[in-house]
Amino acid sequence: MTIERPNSYRSGPDGKGHFGIFGGRYVAETLMPLILEVEKAYEAAKADPAYQAELDDYLKHYVGRPSPLYHASRLTEHCGGAKIYFKRDELNHTGAHKINNCMGQILLARRMGKKRIIAETGAGQHGVATATVCALFGLECVVYMGATDIERQAPNVFRMKLLGAEVRPVTSGTATLKDAMNDALRDWVANVDSTYYLIGTVAGPHPYPAMVRDFQRVIGVEVREQMMAAEGRLPDTLVACIGGGSNAIGLFHDFLDEPDIDIIGVEAAGHGLESGEHAASLTGGRPGVLHGNRTYLLQDGDGQIQDAHSISAGLDYPGIGPEHSWLHESGRVNYVSVTDSEALEAFQLCSRLEGIIPALEPAHALSHVAKIAPDLPADHLLVMNMCGRGDKDVFTVAAALGEEL
Amino acid sequence: MSAPTGAPTHAATSGRIEARFAALAAEGRAAFIPFIMAADPTVAATRDILKGLPAAGADIIELGVIFSDPMADGPAIQAAGLRAKAGGATLRQTLEIVREFRTGDDTTPIILMGYYNPFYIYGVEAFLADAKEAGVDGLIIVDLPPEEDSELCLPALDAGMHFVRLATPTTDDQRLPAVLEHTSGFIYYVSIAGITGTASATQDAIQAAVTRLKSHTDLPVAVGFGIRTPEQAAAVAQVADAAVVGSAIVQLIADNLDENGQPTAGLVDTVLDFARALADGVHGARRRAAE
Repeated sequence: MTIERPNSYRSGPDGKGHFGIFGGRYVAETLMPLILEVEKAYEAAKADPAYQAELDDYLKHYVGRPSPLYHASRLTEHCGGAKIYFKRDELNHTGAHKINNCMGQILLARRMGKKRIIAETGAGQHGVATATVCALFGLECVVYMGATDIERQAPNVFRMKLLGAEVRPVTSGTATLKDAMNDALRDWVANVDSTYYLIGTVAGPHPYPAMVRDFQRVIGVEVREQMMAAEGRLPDTLVACIGGGSNAIGLFHDFLDEPDIDIIGVEAAGHGLESGEHAASLTGGRPGVLHGNRTYLLQDGDGQIQDAHSISAGLDYPGIGPEHSWLHESGRVNYVSVTDSEALEAFQLCSRLEGIIPALEPAHALSHVAKIAPDLPADHLLVMNMCGRGDKDVFTVAAALGEEL
Repeated sequence: MSAPTGAPTHAATSGRIEARFAALAAEGRAAFIPFIMAADPTVAATRDILKGLPAAGADIIELGVIFSDPMADGPAIQAAGLRAKAGGATLRQTLEIVREFRTGDDTTPIILMGYYNPFYIYGVEAFLADAKEAGVDGLIIVDLPPEEDSELCLPALDAGMHFVRLATPTTDDQRLPAVLEHTSGFIYYVSIAGITGTASATQDAIQAAVTRLKSHTDLPVAVGFGIRTPEQAAAVAQVADAAVVGSAIVQLIADNLDENGQPTAGLVDTVLDFARALADGVHGARRRAAE
């Protein structure tokens, strides 16, 4: 499929929430009025300087923004090529980029007068970030989490409970992130008046993909300023991992119209694309409709959604945000994939060389950086989004490496 | 494009839904609409249940199309989908089931109910052609609101396939005309804000909702979600043109499986007996109310 080159890659979505053929609002009628209400409230908030000022204040004093842009000199030396920078979003409060979005949406939910917040979570990072902002504002919080994920992410489950949230195990379907999203949608349908659904990634029905992107854009906006200060020019290459794709779109969006910048998204190839056990929706899937939007999905020939696999629970989703599907088809962003074992290697490399234990999600991005950096010149500026810290993953990694804790 | 009696279709419809509601109106009674999931738990069981439903009093039949992620369904219908999926059910196979049903019954309308993705992957044009040929009369697609009419609703109407829209308690008067604009055949009122097979609405709430819908459209109004017993079905039939029962029937199927998930010998008769009781409730409702 060829798509005519647009004047700008940053103008989407259109009024109906479409990025090209992707996006949209494929939800049950019961939810349609709510989604329109969220859209209206968000448009009003965006135009209100008081809302933006409040958000900026919390981002600065509670989340800890701006996050640093750090020159990873030992990794640079190790790779022997491009000059590698990390955008340190793992230093945010709660340890990942997720809180950028949660802070924006919780302030919106408060403006809308909602008293009860629901969320889905896979690895638990979005659940923890949601529970955190709910504690901060004294709101009831219910987090849906697949029973399988609850078992493998016990520390985050306990964190959510400490923060006052109720974690509801999801046993329907395959008991992972996609089923957690199904159950969150079912809850929302049954509690339309009281409840706000705080979606954690750039997926779901319009306006969520655009709204969550707007809240994560701060990552790239900061990188632009920080790189100008550090090097006096813009970066040459951007790399980020992609599950739903919120950290990636956050880094990429401000640079989409800079034609000289290479932009690379890294999907999870699990046991390898040919194994059929992976989470690479763009490379291994095709367009379909799930969770309110049209996007690339892992599915069979009858349109039944297939299970994703990745060692990283945060990338373990059979879809991807619709804007990424569009950026993929338009050719602006290059999407590649990295396997479980490659990510594990990068996880250890970064821990030892930089004293930073990365989350398994950015370890995928890191692996790709280590692949391409050696062939790039020393004055090539490469920025990778270190979107989460790896504390949550030490048990998974230990098990994968055969270590007893 | 809008018309007070429903959206115009371009190719001729099968006419079965129109004929059925006209006959019911002449008899002064409401329609009983059972729902079962295609191929739950086997194609043979579905075929036998379908075959027996008209004689048991089903006026229109809703046949569920499996989807891996049924966001609007409660535990009973989710489980039915998993059973059907375990048996290898597909949309293509569902059309085959309808085709076989039509060899013995050319008057009972069949509506396919499901989520958009399997239809999208089948290919909208190919699906509509195959579905018409198989004898499908209409579609209910849960996750296609009017905002996405160009996907399947408008092509279906063009092809002479009814597109039955859901109206819900959250559909306010401002939004209702848009919901009704391209609805055809009948309108399906979802009586609760919630998923299938959970809560039930009060009779007063149902009556008020039907009255509201009737002030906006001349189409027949069916009511579903939360109707589990012949008594509840009868109560709904006093105020609406049709009562839909899904989860309670599907649960009865679940309750009549052996340890391997295969149908027990009495499954089909048990389901048809229950359907008969529901149909009796619906069909006698206005007569009893008048007595």
